[in-house]
Amino acid sequence: MIVYIIKRIGMMIPTLIIISMVSFVIIQLPPGDYLTSYAANLRQEGDMVDTDELEMLAERYGLGQPIYVQYWKWVSGIILRGDWGQSMEWRKPVKDLIWERMALTVFLSLISILVSWFVAIPVGVFSATHQYSMPDYLFSALSFIGAGTPGFMIALVIMWIAMRQFGLNVGGLFSREYMVEPWSLAKFVDLMKHVWMPVVVIALGSTAGSIRTTRANVLDELQRPYVETARAKGLRERKLIWKYPVRVAMNPFFSTVGWTLASLISGQTLVAVVLSLQTTGPMMLRALTSQDMYLAGSFLLLLSTLTVLGTLISDILLAWVDPRIRMGS
Amino acid sequence: MDDSNLLVEVKDLETYFYLDEGMVRAVDGAQFDIYRGKTLGVVGESGCGKSVTARSIMRIVPKPGRIVGGQILYHRASNGHGEEVLDLASLAAQGDRIRSIRGAEIAMVFQEPMTSLSPVHTIGNQIAEVILLHQGVSKKEARELSIEMLDLVGMPLPSRTIDQYSHELSGGMRQRAMIAMALSCRPSLLVADEPTTALDVTTEAQILTLMRRLQDEMGMAIMYITHNLGVIAQMAEDVVVMYMGEVVEQADVDTIFHDPVHPYTSALLQSIPRLGQKLGEGRRLASIRGMVPDPYALPKGCKFHPRCGAFKAGLCDQIEPEMLEVSPGHRVRCFLDAKLG
Repeated sequence: MIVYIIKRIGMMIPTLIIISMVSFVIIQLPPGDYLTSYAANLRQEGDMVDTDELEMLAERYGLGQPIYVQYWKWVSGIILRGDWGQSMEWRKPVKDLIWERMALTVFLSLISILVSWFVAIPVGVFSATHQYSMPDYLFSALSFIGAGTPGFMIALVIMWIAMRQFGLNVGGLFSREYMVEPWSLAKFVDLMKHVWMPVVVIALGSTAGSIRTTRANVLDELQRPYVETARAKGLRERKLIWKYPVRVAMNPFFSTVGWTLASLISGQTLVAVVLSLQTTGPMMLRALTSQDMYLAGSFLLLLSTLTVLGTLISDILLAWVDPRIRMGS
Repeated sequence: MDDSNLLVEVKDLETYFYLDEGMVRAVDGAQFDIYRGKTLGVVGESGCGKSVTARSIMRIVPKPGRIVGGQILYHRASNGHGEEVLDLASLAAQGDRIRSIRGAEIAMVFQEPMTSLSPVHTIGNQIAEVILLHQGVSKKEARELSIEMLDLVGMPLPSRTIDQYSHELSGGMRQRAMIAMALSCRPSLLVADEPTTALDVTTEAQILTLMRRLQDEMGMAIMYITHNLGVIAQMAEDVVVMYMGEVVEQADVDTIFHDPVHPYTSALLQSIPRLGQKLGEGRRLASIRGMVPDPYALPKGCKFHPRCGAFKAGLCDQIEPEMLEVSPGHRVRCFLDAKLG
């Protein structure tokens, strides 16, 4: 097991190096760069352009130099100094911009995932064990609707209802007065007051999918002879269902839990835009459209790293819960 | 046979499956007795209702099947004072009553030892589970008892095997683990549903010897289901031959092999290859002609008549034969026997 983990980590390093190169090339691909378009914009508006500042930035990031020099300056900055570069648009170091948003995003997504599983697994198991019953049809219909309705749409509808019926403005994660405040207990309480709505919206979509997955997996496992063996032991039906088929049917959850890491950052961007959440999605979208290359590059790199890391976590989890995989390695 | 040794009386058992395509009478009036400490062999082709009969006794008939008629009288030994007779067919399939019997007094071993064990639980976990459920002992005691059982079924290194998973064991070892699990509460009846079909012949012989030995030691009755008459000859004292959910012939094992009356039994016997039998010069191993009938459209009269070599038109295809006793303990569902007139 330990050898397996070390081997997997060893394989991650070259993957990450290649990924960082590819992300860098991708963010360099569009013609022009932020500095040029920034200067052009300023000139158009008749403003003075501080050429000294532009030259300093160009020097710092090796703009205009060959791409491998730029790449090296970028990557060595991240690894050696923890310097993710400067966001051209926000005029702030990238690291000052992303971490708070990252923390909020992870917090929001984890709650949504937990809520979604907490609902989806019992409902999915119930649907499977009561296949073709009325509640099963009802849950199936609901989950098809849930899976088929875009999250931003649900968000809009809920916002509209909240506004119309209760006069509430449910957008955002904080009330206005706490928006720029430093963290405090009161700010956290304020966050908790706002967080339910994005959680409901985000969880709805994934709950619908998870119900279908759970139902299908459990249905598959219910047919297996080991379930009959358990029944022949005289176990209570409910107990044996949760101990045997559900336990095996959960394996796909463990094998995909790692992927959710990456979707933490980029996922639910539309919902976040609609609800004006201070998460990473909208910021990344903006960085990409405005060619804010270091911010966009940092997001791309983080995203890829989390994907690789997530896959590793999934594999370790799966090996931990499934002895067949553990022994095979 | 002595009635005080009666363990299970199956009477007119009917287990039907209600499918979208129609109703299937998987078991249609089966009737037989199981005696304490004896082995009853149940033979028949695939789909004749052997396994559903076994599951009916266990009360684990899968949906959409259910018992619609008949009785399964279980003579349960009450501590010290005689016995109580319980109709298993009338109990609630998920009720406390049947669950206290299922797995403890009547246990079952299945066909596929690979898939019949959970892939994600250790052997020990699955054996100890039955012991914990029925015997009210501590976890530590349950583990010790599990190791004891594994030792009893001839598992090498039982104290190590107990922490292994089923995929780490060979087919024979898995079936030994299944047997250990089934016998861990010392049942009075072991239902074995083709326990050696998935195994190679050498392993099969070992498992059969093991079951015989354990039967001698523990004194349980065995209901042994198979399509293999060779295994029946080795294992059983009494034999029930099933066809399309009905018992067509039943007798002791010698009578079945040497003096069969029903054409179906004879046909089954002729389809066994024999050592030393010459098959050259155009002689082929006999097979039963035709196929098992469509369960949605059963033939009228005797259900075997379309495949029977000796069927009498106007009789066999019109009237369903009754079960009749041709000699003590030998009963047949057929018109052929002259003694029946």
